[in-house]
Amino acid sequence: MTVDDPGGRPGRDTAAARPRDRPRSRASQSDLERYAGLFAERTRNMRSSAMRDLMALTQRPEVISLAGGLPDTTLFPAEELAKHLSVVAAEAGARALQYAPTEGLSEVKRAIREVLRAEGDDADPEDVLVTTGGQQVIDLVCKTLVNPGDVVVAEAPTYPGAVPAFAAYEADVVQIAMDADGLRVDALEERLDALGAEGRSPKFIYTIPNFQNPAGVTLSLPRRRRLVEVARERELLILEDNPYGLLRFEGAPLPTLRSLDGGEFVISLGTFSKILSPGLRLGWAVAPRPVLSKMNIGKAASDLNSSSLTQLFVATFFRDGDWRGYVAKQCALYRARRDVMLASLEEHFPPGATWTRPEGGLFLWVTLPDGLDTTDLLAKALSRNVAFVPGRAAYLDGRGGASLRLNFSGVGEDDIREGVRRIGAVVHEQIELLDRLTGRRPAAPAPAEALSPAPDPTLADVLELRRRAPDPRRPQRGSSSP
Amino acid sequence: MSVVAVLKGGRSLERQVSLQSGARVEDALERLGHEVVGIDVGHDLVRRLREVGPDVAFVALHGRDGEDGTVQELLEVVGIPYTGSGVSGCVRASDKVLAKHEMRDAGIPTPDGLSFNETAFKELGAADALGAIEERLGFPLVVKPADQGSALGIKFAASAADVPAALVAAFSYSSKVLLERYVHGHDLAVSILDGVALPVVEAVPVDGLRYDFAARYTIGRTRFECPAGLADETTIRAQELALATHDVLGCRGFSRVDLMRDHQTGELWVLEANAIPGLTDTSLLPQAADAAGIGFDELVGRILALAARAGPGP
Repeated sequence: MTVDDPGGRPGRDTAAARPRDRPRSRASQSDLERYAGLFAERTRNMRSSAMRDLMALTQRPEVISLAGGLPDTTLFPAEELAKHLSVVAAEAGARALQYAPTEGLSEVKRAIREVLRAEGDDADPEDVLVTTGGQQVIDLVCKTLVNPGDVVVAEAPTYPGAVPAFAAYEADVVQIAMDADGLRVDALEERLDALGAEGRSPKFIYTIPNFQNPAGVTLSLPRRRRLVEVARERELLILEDNPYGLLRFEGAPLPTLRSLDGGEFVISLGTFSKILSPGLRLGWAVAPRPVLSKMNIGKAASDLNSSSLTQLFVATFFRDGDWRGYVAKQCALYRARRDVMLASLEEHFPPGATWTRPEGGLFLWVTLPDGLDTTDLLAKALSRNVAFVPGRAAYLDGRGGASLRLNFSGVGEDDIREGVRRIGAVVHEQIELLDRLTGRRPAAPAPAEALSPAPDPTLADVLELRRRAPDPRRPQRGSSSP
Repeated sequence: MSVVAVLKGGRSLERQVSLQSGARVEDALERLGHEVVGIDVGHDLVRRLREVGPDVAFVALHGRDGEDGTVQELLEVVGIPYTGSGVSGCVRASDKVLAKHEMRDAGIPTPDGLSFNETAFKELGAADALGAIEERLGFPLVVKPADQGSALGIKFAASAADVPAALVAAFSYSSKVLLERYVHGHDLAVSILDGVALPVVEAVPVDGLRYDFAARYTIGRTRFECPAGLADETTIRAQELALATHDVLGCRGFSRVDLMRDHQTGELWVLEANAIPGLTDTSLLPQAADAAGIGFDELVGRILALAARAGPGP
């Protein structure tokens, strides 16, 4: 095997920064060494990985990708896009092409207020910072709060896109288990006590309460109440990442953490990405004022201001268009796609696999029987032109190997059916092989009741990586030597 | 100066690395004054090659298609000289099982290994022989996909309980797997350029002296030393073994041979050869060349010249 590469012949993003067209000296020093002396310590955590190389293959056009996190932007009518853009050009062309204040334009803050109110929250425009997508909020919060080695609490599994931000600021990320009701606040408290005994305390708790990415579960109301109490008692901040709250297909909306807390210990992160368009790169933070003003300075350093053009487009769309109607249209579409995905999972996935049943959002989370590794499974799935996100991407400690994330918002119903069928086929093949290898092929066809197990919500604590009672036909591995 | 087509990307799991190798090679070729056309290898490869009509093709592909002789076969048919090993060398080097047999037959020390395809387990009841297989190789053992160039799918089995899942993982990448005796020690890599072995690169675990399998494949937990701090006789022996392996497998122009040095006995074992080793800025062949005073541009220039000398077709 290759020593060449620890994680699949490593490549570095930094390669792109290599000056082109400059004649190379004949120094006996490799390119990497030449620049390595200049790299900051924190780049040690910015790694390429075999999994990232694998994920790059999911973008081949022939691949049905259930790996993305894309809203369906084809829903937005082209003529409406053209109309609002021409209004911006006619009414505010010069402003659209000009710099804007770092905190954002007042018009777009009005739109943000409408979104907050639609979720039963509200905020003084002074407490809002307009950002370049929700992702920038994660970066700015880390920039403002995290010293190297500081503890940040995240959910297990957590949003894979937050991991590079945590890593870049050298946070020590502690992941707390979830179950069907979201973050296990009791486990959080235990962990906080244990950390306290070591004299450590997290800077903030990162949570996605609604239709969590990647798990698809929602934090229950009692836990929301308890979580904000915990933050208050211990004087910790919560970063409430809420991109999907308005994409609820069923069930009663729950109050945001910020509205329960009154905004003292909660920074809330919102975005237009999922309710309108991710291409706009427009999001926001609502935060306690001292925190917000530091974030504002941090943002000025990063990009001065978020695009004036897209801010004005959003403001115009919210003024002239029907944003609520557009959200409703997306909800209806995603709901139907979720239902197709759930039905396909029941049809094509083996007994022993479990999955969450999200009441909204874009993702669900599947956990497979013991002995399968979803990173390897992805390689095989890619050979059948279908892709998903392996569970390990959502953990920082190597867990998650039995799980995978599926997206149901970005592809049509036929592709969802076919994609789930292909993944199911690969899973079946691997289980069959594993059974042969362990000498435990099922002797007889499965009993009918076991064939299509509806995912029982009370058993959805798969997120803790517990599973339903083991299938009696497949005793645990390792219980006898081959 | 010539028109050079740089073949890169492709559909293998090592696409990203290949794109990086390719980009770097393109820069070097331009600096050397060649006219360079990058080709991301896909279904239109032959058409693109005929359109471009290059004087020579620089194959910067890794993994399946690029390293297993497929693309080389096409280049032979189209009649374009290309860098690196020919079809037969690629076929032998890219199949870890075939390579192991060739090495064993030639008396090159390589860890004992056994290979099976999926059919053996599905239809021939090979699972019943797992006990005997494990007894022969002992634990720990390593399970590898037979024709996968990167670290993906390589599993370490500490005991019998780990073997079934390790096999399933390896079969995710290949229809054939290799079970191999594990050598406790450090990885060594010896690159060959134009019949000469370059200085040895040694992979040293960062966390002290633990010979930890996971560390070998975790970026940041291993650093590479070149030239390796080895006794002269070890260096010479490693270079001899690498050259012998390169020749036995029929590699041409350049290659990289991976070895293990047993940390207790000091014995050297050849694991495999890479017909098209990585050429990124963290790759080992460029590091070894650098240590020999051969800069990247010169390395690329020499690889290209070897291709032109070999000429088209066998």
